[in-house]
Amino acid sequence: MNIVVCVKQIPDPASPGALDASTHALKREGKLILDESDAYGVEMALQLVATAGAGEVSIVSMAPNGETSGMRTALAMGAAKGLLVSDPALAGSDALTTAKVLAAAITKLGGADLVITATESSDGYTGTVPEQIAEVLGLPSVTFAKKVKIEGSVLKVDRQSESGYDEVECSLPAVISVTAGVVEPRYPSFKGIMDAKKKPLDVVTAGDLAITPTGWAGAGQKIVNVTQAEARKAGEVIEDDGEAFGKIVAFLENLKLI
Amino acid sequence: MTINNIWVFAQGTGGVATTGTLELLTKARSLSSKVTAFVGGDASAFAASLGEHGATKIYATGDLAGKLPGVALSAVIKTIIDGGDSPDVIMFPQNYEGRDTIARLSVKLDRTVLTNSIDIADSGDGVVATTPVFGGNILVETVFTGPGPHLVSFRPKSFVAEPASGGTPEIVAVTVPELGTQGGARVVATHTEQTTGPKLDEAAIVVSGGRGLGEAGNYSLIEDLAKLLKGAPGASRAIVDAGWVPYSYQVGQTGKVVKPSVYIAAGISGATQHMVGMKGSKNIIAINKDKEAPIFGIADLGIVGDVHKVLPKLIEALKSRS
Repeated sequence: MNIVVCVKQIPDPASPGALDASTHALKREGKLILDESDAYGVEMALQLVATAGAGEVSIVSMAPNGETSGMRTALAMGAAKGLLVSDPALAGSDALTTAKVLAAAITKLGGADLVITATESSDGYTGTVPEQIAEVLGLPSVTFAKKVKIEGSVLKVDRQSESGYDEVECSLPAVISVTAGVVEPRYPSFKGIMDAKKKPLDVVTAGDLAITPTGWAGAGQKIVNVTQAEARKAGEVIEDDGEAFGKIVAFLENLKLI
Repeated sequence: MTINNIWVFAQGTGGVATTGTLELLTKARSLSSKVTAFVGGDASAFAASLGEHGATKIYATGDLAGKLPGVALSAVIKTIIDGGDSPDVIMFPQNYEGRDTIARLSVKLDRTVLTNSIDIADSGDGVVATTPVFGGNILVETVFTGPGPHLVSFRPKSFVAEPASGGTPEIVAVTVPELGTQGGARVVATHTEQTTGPKLDEAAIVVSGGRGLGEAGNYSLIEDLAKLLKGAPGASRAIVDAGWVPYSYQVGQTGKVVKPSVYIAAGISGATQHMVGMKGSKNIIAINKDKEAPIFGIADLGIVGDVHKVLPKLIEALKSRS
């Protein structure tokens, strides 16, 4: 069971995001970290390979600046190797180009029995890359998986739906996107962190994958205006003195809701 | 450019068009006189309602027989477009079926996508979609620079559904082509989580709980309060991920978008992910221990206090009134 997990390295969500003044794209300066929502996919992959008893987990990612610290986190969790596609010309790529690049990286690794992604990144959240990768690779896919197991060559997934969940069966190879909460991600151990420094992590350019990056020009979309949304104003804020519930009752009464 | 031919990815449930579908059709008819509803399923039961909201033509696939919608419906749409009916814009809802289909279709057509949008306009120079970023504090307008069909998906409640005078449109039956290995996924069973009371995204009052409740057992406070107010209980992503309540309770970017008359956030700090889903509420009441919590920045009434003390007293006070 060889599994490839696609991860994104993003600016630390704890620090507030900003848009670049000239390109209007999300700024990606400074240290990037493993998108927390990708930790679930890495953990899921490690567990599935452990259950299968053979195979390995590989990590692929795309970045314009050679950043690998987030990928090292995934390697420290237990993934065997990584492939980063790093090319300044990829800056400004839309989700479709991203999917084409990641699909090519997966192919370069020799393909996979299973490709795992998060449902969407925490910074850009276009939310289409998992299905786009599947379509580029010509594979079936199950998105929004909240429970995953493999029985023989059949993938069995509980997939979130609007009203509950669906049980889905799928042939392999396949692509799945997993929700946060599908498994509890492990923390990298000290040994894991040390081992990760020695694990193979190749860095290739878009050209190495025979992809012509089109960046800003080829994205098929251009930001033309950025405006401040009408802000909601903060109202009254009071400290609870034991009677604050009365304020809520009065508020609801005033709106004739009770 | 002018939008001459616009499609809406339309959905029905229980023989009724979804509110989201009617919202998109209402917007679509303001952009073009030719509006096609594409239905992945059987459209006969709600064709009249689609027409009333602006559809002048319907494509319907009939039952998908367990096929996952993304693969199957993108393949049908591609076939129709290759057959000569090529729309300028296809509007999708930002939900599971919409997301999967727009993504697959973008590869088939080699077109970019704009997702999470809240508005669309024909600027004369091109089709412009508006998308909120950073929790909705900033609005980004993006124009499509390549050829159509332009693929855009919209958050729920971006538009208000209003009926017009259209009659029942013609339904054109379309079939799912052979999907090959890509069609390897099948739904074998469907589970519906039972909820009582009003639906979360339609309730006039929503009471949501977050991590500040401390433990799963305390969520009953949220349910009790919601029931007393004839509202719906909701949740932050944090407690859904922690397994306290099912995903169907989640309010936020990856959950439900709610715009009730009153939204009560209890023990919710106000992560961007959550605020996106509730900041359109008419009134917001927040209860949180941390007076620096971002939720207070958008609350009409903020109570800095312990939810374990405030909620029981509030529940008692409301009970004593009824």
